[in-house]
Amino acid sequence: MVAGLFFYLFSAVAVASAVMVISARNPVHSVLFLILCFFNAAGLFILMGAEFLAMILVVVYVGAVAVLFLFVVMMLDVDFVELRQGMLNYLPVGVTIGLIVLVELALVVGSWAVDPGLVKTASPTPSDITNTEALGRVLYTDFIFYFQAAGLVLLVAMIGAIVLTLRHKEGVKRQNIGDQVARGPATAIEVVKVKPGQGI
Amino acid sequence: MVIGLSHYLTVAAILFTIGIFGIFLNRKNVIVILMSIELMLLAVNINLVAFSTHLNDLVGQVFALLVLTVAAGEAAIGLAILVTYFRNRGSIAVEDINLMKG
Repeated sequence: MVAGLFFYLFSAVAVASAVMVISARNPVHSVLFLILCFFNAAGLFILMGAEFLAMILVVVYVGAVAVLFLFVVMMLDVDFVELRQGMLNYLPVGVTIGLIVLVELALVVGSWAVDPGLVKTASPTPSDITNTEALGRVLYTDFIFYFQAAGLVLLVAMIGAIVLTLRHKEGVKRQNIGDQVARGPATAIEVVKVKPGQGI
Repeated sequence: MVIGLSHYLTVAAILFTIGIFGIFLNRKNVIVILMSIELMLLAVNINLVAFSTHLNDLVGQVFALLVLTVAAGEAAIGLAILVTYFRNRGSIAVEDINLMKG
């Protein structure tokens, strides 16, 4: 009963904030509603018993991706009002395609059933350990290759993002560590004998 | 009021449709398009976790973890391309991105 209530709460807020993401006038509001949507999706994950993924969703999306979006939205000086012009032109085709996809998904969901004889569980969930521990046991043993590949994907993404956005400005004074280390007393200090009352 | 697999699949389907609709609604604004893609990936993740719970199989959650990784990388690369593009052109309108005549 309580789980059902929370399911409807989380899913209603998630869907409503998803609608706000695509329809908000200000992109900053879009990002904030995206964060709300991800929080509620994390709640749905907890209801399904995937606590680890729920926490990862909050950490990765709210902590990293949404902040990244917020940075970019605030950094770019874009006239968002101009970008919204002509939005209504795309409304009919968008509604049409959205409805088609929704009907197709509803048909698939409605006419779908698992034959219990065909289900072969690859790695059944043990009931006596937590979700995090169970996930770790399969992730670091059976799926270690995929885990490493995911790490590689993140490395490539990191290097790519750095290479794309790094730029060298001309005419900026930079620290040259080699010069600093090579600098000795002979080149750094100049002793000037100043006669009294004359100045340099 | 038992919440079963089909409830979660319905929510995921609605979220996925909203994502598609967002791409069409904000044809000019790349940032909102990227956010719509994130919404669609979230819907896919909800599907994967729902089936993982329903079939009592952890592989779905492992796959959802990989989808999450790719989504994070995609957001980082997409926003980096966006920043570079904005530096070069001073605009992020999708209609201007036609140098390759695709």
